[in-house]
Amino acid sequence: MLAVKAEAAEQGGAGAPAEEAPPLVVEGLSHSFGERQALRNVSFRLNRGDRTMLLGLNGAGKTTLFSLITRLYNHRSGSIRIFGWEIKDKPSEALARLGVVFQLATLDLELSVAQNLFYHAALHGLPRREAAVRLKREIERVGLTDRLREHARTLSGGQRRRVEIARALVHQPKLLLLDEPTVGLDVASRQFLLDHVRRLCDERGIAALWATHLIDEVDPGARVIVLHQGRILAEGPVPEVIRRANASSMREAFDKLTGERGE
Amino acid sequence: MTPIHYVRCLRGIIWREALRFLNQRGRFLAALVRPLVWLLIFATGFRFVLGVSIIPPYQTYIPYQVYIAPGLIGMILMFQGMQSSLSMVWDRETGSMRTLLVSPLPRWYLLTSKLIAAVIVSVLQAYVFLFIAYFWGVHPPRLGYLTVLPALILAGMMLSGLGLFLSSVIRQLENFAGVMNFVIFPMFFASSALYPLWTVKQANLKLYYLCMANPFTHAVELIRFALYEKFNLEAFAVVAGSLVVFMTLAILGYDPGRGLIARRAGTE
Repeated sequence: MLAVKAEAAEQGGAGAPAEEAPPLVVEGLSHSFGERQALRNVSFRLNRGDRTMLLGLNGAGKTTLFSLITRLYNHRSGSIRIFGWEIKDKPSEALARLGVVFQLATLDLELSVAQNLFYHAALHGLPRREAAVRLKREIERVGLTDRLREHARTLSGGQRRRVEIARALVHQPKLLLLDEPTVGLDVASRQFLLDHVRRLCDERGIAALWATHLIDEVDPGARVIVLHQGRILAEGPVPEVIRRANASSMREAFDKLTGERGE
Repeated sequence: MTPIHYVRCLRGIIWREALRFLNQRGRFLAALVRPLVWLLIFATGFRFVLGVSIIPPYQTYIPYQVYIAPGLIGMILMFQGMQSSLSMVWDRETGSMRTLLVSPLPRWYLLTSKLIAAVIVSVLQAYVFLFIAYFWGVHPPRLGYLTVLPALILAGMMLSGLGLFLSSVIRQLENFAGVMNFVIFPMFFASSALYPLWTVKQANLKLYYLCMANPFTHAVELIRFALYEKFNLEAFAVVAGSLVVFMTLAILGYDPGRGLIARRAGTE
């Protein structure tokens, strides 16, 4: 335990404990399914408060990357460290510090909003009283306090997403993954989510990795990782990535980098 | 993660199962209709067709409905086990399995907790069935209602373990109909649930061996003996052994390192 912490500290900076290690460090990550190589030597890092858009077409490897970071299955080469904890070796430590919003809807529609959140808190081993305080706070932040007792089934798609974000934060992770969270949402709900996550990063220092295939969602204030055919083609603050690509907009930069037209 | 985290997590999973169960009382009752149809109609019709001789654990001649009651309890446990596996497949499709698997406790523990929660529901169903069966002439000794409890739990865990394992192998919900045809029905009919195995032995020796190799037979016998305050060591050993095997396979199936999930993901 101590050895791992020390090692984590080395990677995070001089003498820092694991909590001060960077939220997410991915190094030399490759993954293949049989013949097909889904990720090739992917490396990047998220620092505290970073809002990073993972931009790629469908099939670029975003889902594989998310599956590996959330340990649906193990990676075989490279490393993934969450606050210094290698996910393969110390999954509990790593997963406890991670909040996830999946692409699929994952609320239990048979249960109320509060029951869904309590269930999640229990999975993270939170005592019920503390969970009650936290989930009220998180649900208030997404403006759904008055819906707490209602069945999840009665919520709209956008509201369900907001509950899922609140849920992902009940155990107070400082790293949040969102896998195409706006799919199927209307414009207003989409904007709410974008704004909400921006606030989470700016005000609470949460690092967020937001996967999307929609270039519109990449704003100049964010960082961007362009993933294409399993490879990272560009990474950095959006204006810098645009400049380096000799382009005038993110869209143009994306087209130039990938040689394909994005959405 | 300390022991108290484990306790809270288990409590949360059972609590969720209980809530789902309360919200779906219709399903709970519907699950009872199937064995009751067998008991109230089938058993009555076959009452004089099948002669049941005196076989352990019974000490006298018994009416047919008394004979098949433990088999029907086994049926309840099996259907519930498969249903919880159906809900796992369903969970995986809707993604709520993802939220379970991304939580920090070890995966074997999460799956075992899920299994325990499912068994609690099916044991409740078994008792409701026994209560109704009482009015249809199924009168086990009073203490039998207590001694059958450990047998119900163990058999329930074994059958849910089988379901859990199947859920790690089955990719899609549509395949579940196949499970019904290829797992549930053969297991149910090739067992001692509906007829004593000596009748099968006289008719077809190969089928007899098949029935003896069927863990469901032993689950039924374990329940049958326990209901009459007796312990069947052979049945216990087979059921316990099968539980270990199915649970191990299920945990391997969901294991992130070698799991079928990892191999399958590529085709998605």
